[in-house]
Amino acid sequence: MGPRLPLMLKDAGLTAFVAAALGFFVVGFRTVDQGGGKGLGFDYQLVDLAVAVVAIFVGRLGLSMAANGLRWPAIALGIAMIAAGASPMKLPSGFLHWFVALGGVLLVIRAVWPWANDAMGAAARTPSGVALGKAGAKWFGWLLLAGAVLLPAMPFADQKTMDLGVLILTYVMLGWGLNIVVGLAGLLDLGYVAFYAVGAYAYALLSTQYGLGFWTVLPLAGMMAALFGIMLGFPVLRLRGDYLAIVTLGFGEIIRLVLLNWFDLTNGPAGIGSIPGPTLFGAVFAETPPPGKQTVSEMLGIAFDGNHRLIFLYYIILGLALITNLFTQRMRRLPVGRAWEALREDETACQALGINPTNTKLTAFAIGAMFAGFAGSFFAAKQRFISPESFVFIESAIILAIVVLGGMGSQIGVVLAAVLLIGLPEWFRDLGNYRMLAFGLAMVLIMVFRPRGLISHREPSIRLHPAGSGGGG
Amino acid sequence: MSPPLIEVEHLTMRFGGLVAIDDVSFAARAHAITAVIGPNGAGKTTVFNCITGFYKPTIGRLTLRSPGGEFLLERMRGHEIGQKARVARTFQNIRLFSGMTVLENLMVAQHNKLMRASGWSLLGLVGAGRFRRAEGAAIELARLWLERIGLLADADRPAGELPYGAQRRLEIARAMCTEPVLLCLDEPAAGLNPRESAELNQLLVSIRDRDGIGVLLIEHDMSVVMNISDHIVVLDYGRKIAEGAPLAVRNDPAVIRAYLGTDEEALDA
Repeated sequence: MGPRLPLMLKDAGLTAFVAAALGFFVVGFRTVDQGGGKGLGFDYQLVDLAVAVVAIFVGRLGLSMAANGLRWPAIALGIAMIAAGASPMKLPSGFLHWFVALGGVLLVIRAVWPWANDAMGAAARTPSGVALGKAGAKWFGWLLLAGAVLLPAMPFADQKTMDLGVLILTYVMLGWGLNIVVGLAGLLDLGYVAFYAVGAYAYALLSTQYGLGFWTVLPLAGMMAALFGIMLGFPVLRLRGDYLAIVTLGFGEIIRLVLLNWFDLTNGPAGIGSIPGPTLFGAVFAETPPPGKQTVSEMLGIAFDGNHRLIFLYYIILGLALITNLFTQRMRRLPVGRAWEALREDETACQALGINPTNTKLTAFAIGAMFAGFAGSFFAAKQRFISPESFVFIESAIILAIVVLGGMGSQIGVVLAAVLLIGLPEWFRDLGNYRMLAFGLAMVLIMVFRPRGLISHREPSIRLHPAGSGGGG
Repeated sequence: MSPPLIEVEHLTMRFGGLVAIDDVSFAARAHAITAVIGPNGAGKTTVFNCITGFYKPTIGRLTLRSPGGEFLLERMRGHEIGQKARVARTFQNIRLFSGMTVLENLMVAQHNKLMRASGWSLLGLVGAGRFRRAEGAAIELARLWLERIGLLADADRPAGELPYGAQRRLEIARAMCTEPVLLCLDEPAAGLNPRESAELNQLLVSIRDRDGIGVLLIEHDMSVVMNISDHIVVLDYGRKIAEGAPLAVRNDPAVIRAYLGTDEEALDA
């Protein structure tokens, strides 16, 4: 460590100097209105700047130590930073606590990474490691499922947790639906939220105008969305890659603009309100029954609890998501599913094998749209109010990010990515405006460390030799 | 002699002002290997692309007569040529589904048959016995071809992981799994070493003799062309300059001129 330490200190000093020079104008002071016609004055925040510069000095020093194999000093520095960030010590702003602590966490991860990577790699290569990995992969999904089913019974399942659970499951379902289009068939769809909107408005309109119930409309909404998928698909599916992405992006915007401007039908930007929620065998979730209806608490003879409705919604979306998943898993093993994946790999070769590319793409597009339609009518029933604002491009982008970060085509990957991308920002609401920074950082980190998504393993849809017999690889 | 399986008549293909193929006519038979040879840029792959529906010919008629009926290929849509007329092809630059396993590649090749058996997925979704039997038969056909190309042990590996020579053979097996009446091979020996080349020869001869279909072959490797072809068509600058049995073509002065200027030895190489 001896001879290299001065160099590292010099490097860290230089970094801190650059940070101080740049930060002075950004963080170092701000202009304030002095009031009373005295014009603007300066409000210096030199302590903020000093804390940040010291953190950057220590962080940079730690990073170069880690890069030079000095693992333990780097870990010590990282832990010191975490301790400083988490200590009750008074820093000028809450963000600085986060900044210092997260810097420390990143430093520790960086220091431990190569070693952990080697250790995990070595462990995975031992026979018991291989067996464990296989069993883990097999049971992980079931464990997640058991956790999801039991969540409402958990002691920590308050209203906030359940709300978040419903939200995450909605995105899991949308992710699984889009996974058919993007992950399996390889069609880059940037307007997926349009089909979600079709489903939502289908339920909102049919229930408020014609009094149809949730369970009647659900299949209709799916069919309607699938029809829209086919309508869009026919003209555009001859396009490939970027061109298809642009057209689907445009389609998503068209649907939103129609919803916004077709005032007679959709009530425009004001949206549609008092949409009835889903019923349980005809009984509604309410404290007092509407005329001619029965409440669920009466039917079951239990005391009314506002949470019952939430738990019911939770199980509906869990069921819908599982149906999406089972259907996709099943389709993957059918000829049409294999043709989807083949189209993703090489469309020209598919054509040479006599596969009709247009029909095959259309089925993927329509089925993906159908599940978005189901999810949309669930969304309308849950929110009881919808407006075009809920169906903006960023929603499509988030769903696409879930599919890509999860690992194209991986079902479990979608779940992990949805928990990460939807759950974490909700849990970290304390971060305020820096929440989206953390969101972006998480996405960058995933793409740097796992460029093919969280789960890049692809399970063959069919095997000649049983798995693990040594014939396969 | 059996009637021709495919008849190419007055085929002309223009791209703007460029005439890639100029009034080429030839025929290929079942139970025979017909080679199309010629220097680079002679229009060989363009002929293939016309036959397999990737290009629409400017002028000309492509008639395929098989037990399944008579088809005018120039009038059919791209995928129908594989689906209905049962013409299969491979590509100069290998086009496998490299992320999918070897077996999956061969299953995708049997797509249309399996689609019908799965009742356009409806019967398949409910797991009907009819579909399961059809799938079993498809796996058997795939296993048969994996044995013939020596890749049975690699069936569950991603196709992209295979060595180059194996990928070439797999692409041929994939084309054969569509159960074609005419197999078009675009430079199947490109990049193969002499041993792999010899194996390829055996495979192509067995396809001709055992499966009894017509094979149309574009090839630069003269050890392949001269050893296994029954009939050779020579193109140069989009025109047919010679046609006949290998020995006759080899000694044809026009062919020698087109290939080498004057030297004859390189033809034997």
